[in-house]
Amino acid sequence: MVEYLTNTIGLSGTLAWTIAASVAAALVLNVIAGGALVFIWAERKVAARIQDRLGPTRTGGRFGWLQSLADGIKLLAKEDLMPDGADGMLFRIAPYVSFCASFCAFIALPFAFDVVGLRLNVAVFFVVAVLGLEVFGVIIAGYASASKWSLFGAMREAAQVVSYEVPLGMCVVVPVMLAGSMDMVTIAEKQAGWLWNWYLFHDPFTFIVFWVYVTCAVASVNRAPFDLAEAESELVAGFHTEYSGLRWSYFFMAEYGSMFLVSAMAAVLFLGGWNGPIPVASLLGLSTGTGDTAPYLVRLLGLANLVGKASFGVLIMMWIRWTLPRLRIDQVMTTCLKYCTPIAAAMFAGAMVWQVLLPGGLLPGVGRPGGEIREGWLEGPGGRAAAAPAAEATVVRTRL
Amino acid sequence: MTPLTQAPMALTPLFGFLIDAPISVAHYLAVGAILFTAGIACMATKRNALGVLMGIELVLNGANVNFVAFASPYLAGEGVRSLGLDGQVFAVFVILLAAAEAAVALAITLNFYNNHATVDVDRADDLKG
Amino acid sequence: MLSSTIFAAAEIPATLPLAAINWHSALFLLFAAVACVAAVAVVAADSIVRMALYLVVSLSASAGLFFLAGAEFVGAMQLMIYVGGTLVLLVFGVMLTAQAPFVSIKSGGGDRLLAGFVGAALLVALLMANLSVPAWRQPASMEPPPPSATPLGMALVGVRVDEPPAGGVGNRGGYLLPFEIVSIHLLVVLVGAAYLARAKRRKVPRAIEVAASVEPPASVAEHAAIGRGGRARSVLTGDSR
Repeated sequence: MVEYLTNTIGLSGTLAWTIAASVAAALVLNVIAGGALVFIWAERKVAARIQDRLGPTRTGGRFGWLQSLADGIKLLAKEDLMPDGADGMLFRIAPYVSFCASFCAFIALPFAFDVVGLRLNVAVFFVVAVLGLEVFGVIIAGYASASKWSLFGAMREAAQVVSYEVPLGMCVVVPVMLAGSMDMVTIAEKQAGWLWNWYLFHDPFTFIVFWVYVTCAVASVNRAPFDLAEAESELVAGFHTEYSGLRWSYFFMAEYGSMFLVSAMAAVLFLGGWNGPIPVASLLGLSTGTGDTAPYLVRLLGLANLVGKASFGVLIMMWIRWTLPRLRIDQVMTTCLKYCTPIAAAMFAGAMVWQVLLPGGLLPGVGRPGGEIREGWLEGPGGRAAAAPAAEATVVRTRL
Repeated sequence: MTPLTQAPMALTPLFGFLIDAPISVAHYLAVGAILFTAGIACMATKRNALGVLMGIELVLNGANVNFVAFASPYLAGEGVRSLGLDGQVFAVFVILLAAAEAAVALAITLNFYNNHATVDVDRADDLKG
Repeated sequence: MLSSTIFAAAEIPATLPLAAINWHSALFLLFAAVACVAAVAVVAADSIVRMALYLVVSLSASAGLFFLAGAEFVGAMQLMIYVGGTLVLLVFGVMLTAQAPFVSIKSGGGDRLLAGFVGAALLVALLMANLSVPAWRQPASMEPPPPSATPLGMALVGVRVDEPPAGGVGNRGGYLLPFEIVSIHLLVVLVGAAYLARAKRRKVPRAIEVAASVEPPASVAEHAAIGRGGRARSVLTGDSR
């Protein structure tokens, strides 16, 4: 976008950067807000159908699709309460901390090839790191509400999110290892092509890691069956008991944003990102870089593909929520420490061994060894030539 | 000139340093110095053991800012060689060791709380006299 | 005022005030100001939970500074491990050792004055040392730095692939040995901290004993109940264990 603004319109560099950054931020904000709008309606419909009833059918026509708008207007009009013993500043700042963490993680999430807010070369690390910051909003909300329900819910949720970061990190490392880079654009581009290029089908270890990732992601965003922080039947509403109106809706936009984010991450890391099961763009003969409209069309298709996969992931999360019973806190911790973490570690070791023994994958010619990036660095000015006299390099060279 | 207008004149070098001068290593080192000093003050004045621990975190963070500033390829001008990767690896190790030290310090604090029902460090005087 | 001084320095027509801001400097000043103000707020705050929040803000702002300086891996690591791990641990510690709000643990005024004086002197000394080296005031080169994640990762397993130092003098070894040492160190710390903070089987926790010795309980039956069945309350499970 910056090149378009500088070359076509002729604005100065700084102004072009400013406008591009503002547009990107506004787009991401709209993705979160619009996504929350759609997902709240979808949640009510999915919940209703699973519970053998209809859900909202009146607002806005037959399917109640304006129900989210009605909910939003109701939340805006509610009275803004604060409990008596609450710490004022902390109470007010908590929803924004959660929302900012959820929003900032979208900076590094690519939606199509090079359609990304900021193309970081540590994108995966950054997203996982910022997702872990959401827990601060929860803890502050729980503490500042001056109510024991809130505090219990907040501490449970904090313990859960922090514990599940460990297996989440280990699950996320496996596609990073397969691709050789933490840059999400690179990881998704390496899965270009047909369905079998997806890392999901790369080796059985990655297949199992995907399901462990799904479990950890659902636990990370505090969705059922891991939602004892918001357990309505036990803790009233957990850490957001004392929040009403717009403050509560900030927490929920953060939650739906995080759900969309972890689903999009799963899509980018394991399900090929914007490269579909069928490579429509290359079948149609379009490619990025040639022509005026072809690159935009390719990116648009990729964007639609990724958003579709992420939305499908969110729908799966909703389905799981209304199907499975809630886990107790000790069951949640057992699942994390006794099941998810050892399985993720063992699968990581297995995927590593698979990469060493079968670098080309099962089907020769189809596999994409992830070593090019490392090789590229080794050929550089600081690489093999300069490292020749060093003792470590001899070990490295015989290995490589 | 009245003393009221003299003060802003004296502060002009500060504003010049902040705004007119291009960002360089010196700016990062100033930030590191402020964080370090705030950490020292926190360690010295707080009676809550966790407050002291927060001071330690600030001190380590100030040192990290220094390391990253010297390691930055951006900030090295002509003729000045940045630390490069060495500085970044140093900062990585500082973060790791700070996490380890915070864990142990918290375990000690929790034990102290279990034995004395307070985290006031001034009450840790069993070995006194 | 910011934009006007930048105009004078950069000679850009002041038609659009947004056009001429040097965003690198502006973002640096923003992150630096947030980090410094939050750090001072940590010292000045009264409630321990507010101190923890200001510390989170300060460390997140310095992670932003790391990103601006081109150390992306260190910045992401600061966010994940320092802010997202160490500070969460610290906040847990704050919640577990929280005391009644009216019990204020504050040092005396004389101590704070002395600490303020020493801190100011130290700050002045550091800043003077900082400003005395002209080599540290060179302007930044505005080219994007090379990505640092792969070279850093490879250096940690012993293969250095970054630019060799100018003049051929300098450290070209990898960091495999420190990496292994830190891994073992973290394992030892994990075991040690888990052992130190383990739940000890006491029938009556010392905290309740101390409180009971200060204020005698209302009735003998209550005292017997505490002696028999009183256990530590865990905030996590919310019930006695």
